[in-house]
Amino acid sequence: MLLALLLIPLIATIAILAGAPARLTTLGAAAINLILGLFAACCPACAGTVSWLVLEEPAIHFSLGIDGMSAVMLVLSVIVTLAAALSGTCPEGREKLWYSSILLIAAGAIGAFISTDLFFFYAFHELALIPTFLMIGILGRGGNERKAIAWKTTVYLAFGSIVLLAGIILAGTQLKSFAFADLAAVAEHQNAIALLLIIGFGTLVSLFPFHSWAAPAYASAPAPIAMLHAGVLKKFGLYGLLRVGLAVAPEGMQHWLNLLLVLLLCNIIWVGLVTINQKNLANMLGNSSVMHMGYIFLAIAAAIASGGQITNADGGLTLAASAAVLLMFAHGISIALSFSLADRIEAKTGTLEMNKLGGLAKTAPKLCFLFGLVAMASIGLPGLANFAGEIMVFLSGFEGWTSDQDLGPVQIATIIAIWGVVISAVYMLRAFRNTFQGPVEAKCENVTDLSLLEKAPAILLSIVLLAVGLYPNLLLNLLK
Amino acid sequence: MQYYLEFIVAGLGLVLLLWEAFAAPKKKATLALVGATGLTAVLVALIASSCSTCASTAPEWMSRFVSNDGYATFFKGFALVSTILVLLMSFDFQKVINKFTSPDGSDTNAGEFYCLPIFACAGLMWMASATDLVSIFVALELVTIAFYVMVAFMRRNVGSLEAGVKYLILGALSTGFLVYGIAWVYGATGTTEIAKFVDLESSSALLFGLALIIISLGFKVGAAPMQLWIPDVYQGAPTPITAFLSVASKAAGFGVAITILRPFLASPATQGSVVTILVIMAAGTLLYGNLAALSQTNFKRLLAYSSIAHAGFLLLGLATGAFDSVLFYLATYLIMTFAAFFVLALIRSEEDSEEISALNGLGKRNPLLAGALTIIMASMAGVPLTAGFVGKFKIFEAALTNLDKVSWLVIVIAFIGAAAGFYYYFKVIRAIYWNSSEKGSAIHLPLITKVSVIVLTIALLVFGVFPLPIFDLIG
Repeated sequence: MLLALLLIPLIATIAILAGAPARLTTLGAAAINLILGLFAACCPACAGTVSWLVLEEPAIHFSLGIDGMSAVMLVLSVIVTLAAALSGTCPEGREKLWYSSILLIAAGAIGAFISTDLFFFYAFHELALIPTFLMIGILGRGGNERKAIAWKTTVYLAFGSIVLLAGIILAGTQLKSFAFADLAAVAEHQNAIALLLIIGFGTLVSLFPFHSWAAPAYASAPAPIAMLHAGVLKKFGLYGLLRVGLAVAPEGMQHWLNLLLVLLLCNIIWVGLVTINQKNLANMLGNSSVMHMGYIFLAIAAAIASGGQITNADGGLTLAASAAVLLMFAHGISIALSFSLADRIEAKTGTLEMNKLGGLAKTAPKLCFLFGLVAMASIGLPGLANFAGEIMVFLSGFEGWTSDQDLGPVQIATIIAIWGVVISAVYMLRAFRNTFQGPVEAKCENVTDLSLLEKAPAILLSIVLLAVGLYPNLLLNLLK
Repeated sequence: MQYYLEFIVAGLGLVLLLWEAFAAPKKKATLALVGATGLTAVLVALIASSCSTCASTAPEWMSRFVSNDGYATFFKGFALVSTILVLLMSFDFQKVINKFTSPDGSDTNAGEFYCLPIFACAGLMWMASATDLVSIFVALELVTIAFYVMVAFMRRNVGSLEAGVKYLILGALSTGFLVYGIAWVYGATGTTEIAKFVDLESSSALLFGLALIIISLGFKVGAAPMQLWIPDVYQGAPTPITAFLSVASKAAGFGVAITILRPFLASPATQGSVVTILVIMAAGTLLYGNLAALSQTNFKRLLAYSSIAHAGFLLLGLATGAFDSVLFYLATYLIMTFAAFFVLALIRSEEDSEEISALNGLGKRNPLLAGALTIIMASMAGVPLTAGFVGKFKIFEAALTNLDKVSWLVIVIAFIGAAAGFYYYFKVIRAIYWNSSEKGSAIHLPLITKVSVIVLTIALLVFGVFPLPIFDLIG
């Protein structure tokens, strides 16, 4: 069944390129994948595994399998894929490029998360590189700048991937095989491996100071690409650090813990302040997604500080790891929803400049409600999924700490990170107020509210946000 | 039987030459197809005779000079496949060849073009199984002389003539280096048989001879600082010959390098110096090839610089002593380079231009070709899930396992080179999809080119995920 999850988007892509109706094929493939993905996540044992020998020296297999963490990421991927397929307006005559890119990126994300071999884990993520390059370069918003942005994004991500490859090979050659099951702390070069993995995975996740590709890329990418990239693909790096980095180089990671803490605080505070300064809604959302990565890195730092284990003695995930996974899921859904709605705002009013928008609540109340919902989620309002994730992250920062100890670096970082909530409240509420409240601006006068088809992805994602927010055990049970 | 294949190939070349001269076929290009068929038969014979149970020893009279092991069979098959693809490419390229060899554009003077690659193939096959420095040299001469003529073949094209003269002069110089080096090595060790290079003492005579041989081989494969001839010669030569040079000649150079350097890399007396020379050459080659390619606007010249970059990766693999990874990289290099050159030859003969801007708007004009070229460029850049990535992966893996031998610096340069590759190969993808062309007409795709490009592209994708069959070939 896992092979089907991977093959369905690929076969759909070939079908579209050969002439099948693009939108229908994509929606069909995404819907089937959603059902299969949910089923596989709820019953990992029934999903089965795949393992074919690909190379003997070093031992590499094409192997697929699911466990708790990857089940959650798989659910995230299939939900966001369906929402992405439903979002955005495809320009006339560009259906082939638009929908095949969505499917290829989805295939890459799904492949990366269900892989249980380092080689294919890395390889599947790169499947998204060329579709992103083409989509931003050809169909991105922003006139002529989009070409420069496409180049910058591609070369930056390529650089990150190559650094990551160096770390993976350096670690993999010291292990018995490249399979996840054989991941263990390596004997030599742990510091170098840890640094290479942090920089490599970090660039893919927009860790400060390797983050400057992200905001322009998301701002100019067409909506489905931004949703898939910011929502799903970025989580690849975080998942990789948790799964691979902590397993192969725990002492190395500990060596660089303070550096990681400084960088993630820069993500939260520095990039947070940059986000407040944004005047364009899409830029703001792009920068906010960079900022939120800081919280997930904080959870990873907490995991590093407590010894590098992500599983407990009873097989379930530790608090820090569960926090990271839950927040990854929550952030993925909420950022996808944000980009989807921002695209609708642009489609209806023609602009995303916040000083040209205003009073949209009068003319598009449903859009206003949904955007308000995701704004609250992003801030971390309890009852929505992001709060569950963030509170767990902050608690994991203090895990194992008792009041008779001094505050360690992780604890201090957690205290500073909590101020990020205030920063995100500032920019989100400002954006909401400028766009929806106040007097109705010229561009927002003759706007129709969301149609049923436009509401579909937003409703799908909002229900997920609310469900996981009100009952986080839905996901946390998968992690046990 | 397996020891007489080269004679059959050389005989095939002679038969075709005689046929061309005395009973001229209506269209000279059919010689290419006949030659390709003949070589396919030889390839089948090679595969049949190299099964593990039919190994035989060489006949008495040639046993000193040739022997067949796994690597030799691999390189022979490599030479045969390359020549078959070159002949197929030449068939579709005949319009251009005819234009530049006779004043009226007919094929009166073009006949030999389809026979010469076969001689070069025989020479490559002999080089593959050579076990003596002298037989290597003789086979090498057969190859290079055939190439001198082929490069300058389009005699009405100034670029081709200039390329031929440059290649002749520099090639002759490098041959001189090779012979001089062989002489010194003979003087230092007392033998020219490679199998007898054991228990070596590191004398300055031996190291000097080795250095000269390495310089000569470096010229052949395009290693810094002997790589300056490559862009001009590759750009001027007829496109099928450029492909032949880029793939087969380079592979033969590496095959000979492996054969000659294997005892020296294994012996502790000479290992350190040889590895140092190879690492320095690899670093220089990687830097030059990748950085110079960044600013190219001519597709053919871009492929020339990129082939220098690929040679850098191969040299890195050679320095680590992991010859299997070198052979695997060469196999994937064959597939992707020939695929790229098929497309280039098509563009040259249809659009009369080799610039990257001639590819503008290919996405609209011929989506199949555009998609194939995207995959080929991705493979050359080293995007995962393509064969090119697996090749680079194996080289990086060999380098990182032998860190103490090669040291960090060249590995960092290799990684930077791979990253730079993303820019210059993606420039082609940009031209295909982002830019639009002035002529919106569809491009006519001849049958042989179409089938070859499709087969090679699918091979790139299949071997990117399941590379084991190639490893089984290497043995």
